[in-house]
Amino acid sequence: MAEVNLRKVVKRYDEVEAVRGIDLDIADHEFVVLVGPSGCGKSTTLRMIAGLEDISDGDIMIGGDVVNDVPPKDRDIAMVFQNYALYPHMTVAENMSFGLRLKRYPKAEIKARVDEAARMLDISELIDRKPKQLSGGQRQRVAMGRAIVRNPKVFLFDEPLSNLDAKLRVQMRIEIKKVHQKVRTTTVYVTHDQVEAMTLADRVVVMNHGRIEQIGTPTELYHSPATRFVASFIGSPAMNFIPCQIEDAGGKPQIRLSDRIAFPLPAARAARYQKIPRTDKLLLGIRPEHVTEASAHAESGVEPFDAVLDVTEPMGMETLVYFPLHGAQVCGRVNPNAGAQDGAPMRLAMDLNNMHLLNEVTGAVL
Amino acid sequence: MTTITIDKAGPTRKTKYGSMSRDRAWALRWSYFFLVIFAIFFLTPPIYMLITSLKTSAEISAATNPWWVFHPTLDNYIALLTSNQFLRFFWNSAIVSIFVVSITMLISVPAAFALSRMRFWGSTVLGTGVFLTYLIPETLLFIPLFKMFVVIGDWTGIQLINRWYVLLFIYPTLTVPFCTWIMIGYFASIPKELDEAAIIDGASWFQTLTRIFIPVALPGLIAATIFAFTVSWAQFLYPLVFTTSTDQLVMPVGIITTLIKGDVFNWGQIMTGALLGAAPPLIIYAFLMDYYIAGLTAGATKG
Amino acid sequence: MADVALQPSSTAAARTAQKRSGLRNVLGRKSTIAFLMALPLILLIATLVIYPAFYAVHLATLNKSMARFVGTGNFEFLFKRETFWLVVKQSCIFAITAVIFKAVIGFIVAHFVHNIPAKGQRKWRGMLLVPWVIPPAMSTLAWLWLFDPSYSAFNYTLSFFGIGPIPWTGDPYWARFSVILVNIWVGAPFFMIMYLAALKSVPDQLYEAAAIDGANWWQRIWYVTLPMMRNIIAITTLFSLIVTFANFDIVRILTAGGPLDHTHIFATWAFRVGIEGSDIPLGASVSLFMVPILAVAAIFILRDISKRGNEA
Repeated sequence: MAEVNLRKVVKRYDEVEAVRGIDLDIADHEFVVLVGPSGCGKSTTLRMIAGLEDISDGDIMIGGDVVNDVPPKDRDIAMVFQNYALYPHMTVAENMSFGLRLKRYPKAEIKARVDEAARMLDISELIDRKPKQLSGGQRQRVAMGRAIVRNPKVFLFDEPLSNLDAKLRVQMRIEIKKVHQKVRTTTVYVTHDQVEAMTLADRVVVMNHGRIEQIGTPTELYHSPATRFVASFIGSPAMNFIPCQIEDAGGKPQIRLSDRIAFPLPAARAARYQKIPRTDKLLLGIRPEHVTEASAHAESGVEPFDAVLDVTEPMGMETLVYFPLHGAQVCGRVNPNAGAQDGAPMRLAMDLNNMHLLNEVTGAVL
Repeated sequence: MTTITIDKAGPTRKTKYGSMSRDRAWALRWSYFFLVIFAIFFLTPPIYMLITSLKTSAEISAATNPWWVFHPTLDNYIALLTSNQFLRFFWNSAIVSIFVVSITMLISVPAAFALSRMRFWGSTVLGTGVFLTYLIPETLLFIPLFKMFVVIGDWTGIQLINRWYVLLFIYPTLTVPFCTWIMIGYFASIPKELDEAAIIDGASWFQTLTRIFIPVALPGLIAATIFAFTVSWAQFLYPLVFTTSTDQLVMPVGIITTLIKGDVFNWGQIMTGALLGAAPPLIIYAFLMDYYIAGLTAGATKG
Repeated sequence: MADVALQPSSTAAARTAQKRSGLRNVLGRKSTIAFLMALPLILLIATLVIYPAFYAVHLATLNKSMARFVGTGNFEFLFKRETFWLVVKQSCIFAITAVIFKAVIGFIVAHFVHNIPAKGQRKWRGMLLVPWVIPPAMSTLAWLWLFDPSYSAFNYTLSFFGIGPIPWTGDPYWARFSVILVNIWVGAPFFMIMYLAALKSVPDQLYEAAAIDGANWWQRIWYVTLPMMRNIIAITTLFSLIVTFANFDIVRILTAGGPLDHTHIFATWAFRVGIEGSDIPLGASVSLFMVPILAVAAIFILRDISKRGNEA
């Protein structure tokens, strides 16, 4: 068990910088998820921690020791790959014990460890099968078992659930969380799926273009994203961005969305946005769950408006409604009984207590 | 074509299906008909070998139906299998082939591993070079090679010409490039994550090769082994050039140079010898056909 | 405070310097291991393939006793000999005719095998590949016996149809025919197996789509099968061209170049001149004439193979 620290880690391929100076401190026992779109450098970062890629600059420390030049086998890490990378000619037990056998552990201990890991993952009865005879979910468990028996300082997961179907992915997600609760090994987990990131992580690291956009707990990222990228990447359906401007109407700041629609800023927010130049092009960021059907009694900060719906998507427990607003397509979540219909006008309300305001040019959240 | 025009007249779906299966049945019958004809063409020589090998010299020179054995006998087989000379040829062939297969595998498997997984200076050039070498036929090199070994003999006093073991130096030029090439193909098809997993599990490069790559690419290894064996067993030009004494000859050359004595052709024994010479590759083929074919097609479909 | 701030940065610098050199060592070690693993291969190719190839060029410039440099004298001598031009002509006829027939027969047989139910295919494929498996020197002996001037089993059979006796290896034209026939017999199964592998790799949906688009049997072959197999046909044909052009075993055993040098090809004539005639320089010169054609074929193969690589 150990903490992992990255200090200004850079990875260059010839001319291209895949990772552009990453600083990250992962505490002991922590479960950290690196998330971002493909090509953001998250996998490269993980592979540098594993020692599968050389680092071009900076330092990586595992358990306080700099491991820049330490070969993977001496870093005391275990890795789970996207395609499982099970040795096809070995049985489940042999797959799981390969590392221990290479290190010449006593047979009895190997057996004890394999049995324990197999029990933990509920694959005891598969122990003598070859990978070919296993289903995708079972292979995934074996790959995790192979990591667990090593009892390493750090677990590294490289998009381990991407090859599974949606249902199995949910199930394995829970499984991974349970395993982590049991073994408490420091874990770095890479995924492009923000749902996986939110559900698994103690802390999420959002990456884009080889840089860290934001580090925080899932709730922090969801409720106070630092950049437009994080705001749009986290949450599904994604946050709406509506072009807007701040103007003063009778001494009170208000936010203008279109010629017809302008809302007064909620009192709590007014002070925060006071200093913004009135000429700046801004974006109103608002999550779909804060665009709902208008209710009969008014609440402070919840502003009703009229919209003509383009499309509605009944999801069962809610209905997603899409409508145009000042050139942007906006998504809202309304009660299925609210009577939303394709092409029909509807009275909606925006909860500005949960609004975000972004600079359209820099993407910074103000 | 005619059946198709007829079905167009038939309006219902049912007849259409019926005539389609009738079409297919005819296509099938024609396929079998031609396959039988080709099989006869392809199998006549080996079958004729077998027929002749079961005949006495008297029956061969009698003007009877050559396609039938009237008085079958195993005399030819007994004569050859008790002849020290013939057994010597067989032994020479066997020992040369086994050594060549071992040498080939020892050279080509590590080289293929290095070329498919570990980049080093000039490795891509070498990969292409290996394939080009495979395209160089033995008929281009036999004269300079012969002269080279004569010169080596003159300089060092180590006489290699007319010794069966000179073939152990020569044959690998035929087997190694192709075996390396197909092993590169097989190794390249192993996912990269598999060796990364092995490295994280603590395996060295050598252990990754022996404990992961070789077992996983075993079918390729078998195909390459079969190829190396059949090539060295069947090679005719090099032993013809490099060996002359009867105790140094391998099977194909031995049969041709000793059983054909001047104008006297003892065809019963020649055919028996040819059949026995063809037996090891045929037996391997019969048991490992899929590997044999995989190796054959690998050259063009892999890499 | 200043000390504390300075110290970590200086150790970090030292560590960075150490890391660079260490990293280079690791990289160096890995590629050194790789190089060592490939070294036997490199040595083999260098000493027993590349060196002899250049040595052949050197030999070709010497006189018969290999004591004197004669420059292009051997080539000039060859150009003046009628036999040489006969060999050139025969090699080309032999290679081109044999390869075309091998390719066509292989294609037809592969189609028939592909046509029959899958469970019988293995058996037929197994049977039809037999000529390729038997060492050619051994199977050519069987052909030699089938072509025997006095006891030819073919002539025996043909006599019932009032044909023959045919001088299979005695007449220059029949001898050429026989040599090519045996070559086709040996090589066609190889084409068959390659085509069969290629046919299997054409997805069924393509044929279904073509059938829905109204393509008949012939159009399906022309617009689906052939384009899909084009690359493998090209590679197999070029490869076979090299092997056939450089063939030795069949001609040597069946006719030994006769009658009257009318079946000699480069390899057998080089052997006759260089080894049997003990004129190594002249033999080397003869075999060098194979290089241009082989080189052209090799270049095309390389191009096709790399194209396949790019497609994948």
